[in-house]
Amino acid sequence: MSADIEKEMWTSKLRKGWQKNLPIEKLLPDTQPAYVASWIYLFGVATLAALGVIVASGLVLSFEGASWYHYSSVGHFVNSMHFWSVQFFFIFMVVHLWGKFWMAAWRGRRLLTWITGALAFVGSIATAFTGYLIQTNFDSQWISYEAKDGFNSVGIGSRFNVTNFGQMILLHVAFLPVIIGVITLIHVLLVRAKGVVPPIDAFNNELGERK
Amino acid sequence: MGIFHHFMNLKAVYIHWGWFQISITNLLVILFMLVLFGLALVLPFPGNKKGKDQK
Ligand code: HEM
Repeated sequence: MSADIEKEMWTSKLRKGWQKNLPIEKLLPDTQPAYVASWIYLFGVATLAALGVIVASGLVLSFEGASWYHYSSVGHFVNSMHFWSVQFFFIFMVVHLWGKFWMAAWRGRRLLTWITGALAFVGSIATAFTGYLIQTNFDSQWISYEAKDGFNSVGIGSRFNVTNFGQMILLHVAFLPVIIGVITLIHVLLVRAKGVVPPIDAFNNELGERK
Repeated sequence: MGIFHHFMNLKAVYIHWGWFQISITNLLVILFMLVLFGLALVLPFPGNKKGKDQK
């Protein structure tokens, strides 16, 4: 009994770990190192902003339904917002990825930041793909019938059936966005916890605080 | 409904170079990303006066 009381509870472990690695000053900072004053550091948050527009316009599409966004002009507009915010999401994400690649931003124990970014990239491709499959037009019919042979040839066609509209729409509006959301949240929290990586030449002196 | 609407409904135009094939649209998107990346590196960031003073 007494041994049980001495054992630390998971709540207190979590609290201590959180306070140590991500105190509120790190979570909501009001200053950044001088080297962050460059346009290239804006592409992460630009990607995040585009994701916000994707989710908001996607919610409107879901509530209004296919007959609305295929036939009414406001529906076309919101449908286009959804499509174009996805285009810009990917454009910003790729520039962000290039920037972080050439900064070697995985230095200083930031590997998990890089990995969660890469997972967000792969997951976003899957989400965009299922989005193309549920347009309910001839485009989506064409894409699914071309894609099914590919998935069947690698043996996953029975689990992931691209011609199954019900499966694809649920993956697109429920499962995959949640996965992207959780990965993105972890990604951004990791950036906050570790701080922005110093430039390569500043590595030795600035990274004295390397943890 | 305007040039843009017309353009969006055209069949994709592809260019070939030996085994290499790409649609003009995809090529434009890639070039746009490269230009954006280049500009982000060279354009001065507004309000970066402190950084200049320190140098
Ligand atoms: C859903 C897509 C993504 C979102 C919303 C996102 C968001 C962000 C944000 C807001 C930052 C901090 C600000 C900045 O430096 O830009 C950041 C940093 C970072 N991102 Fe992403 N990102 C995404 C995808 C990616 C991808 C695809 C990669 C690379 C594979 C990546 C790698 C990184 C790295 C390594 C950092 C840390 C930089 C540092 O510690 O200095 N991210 N991301």
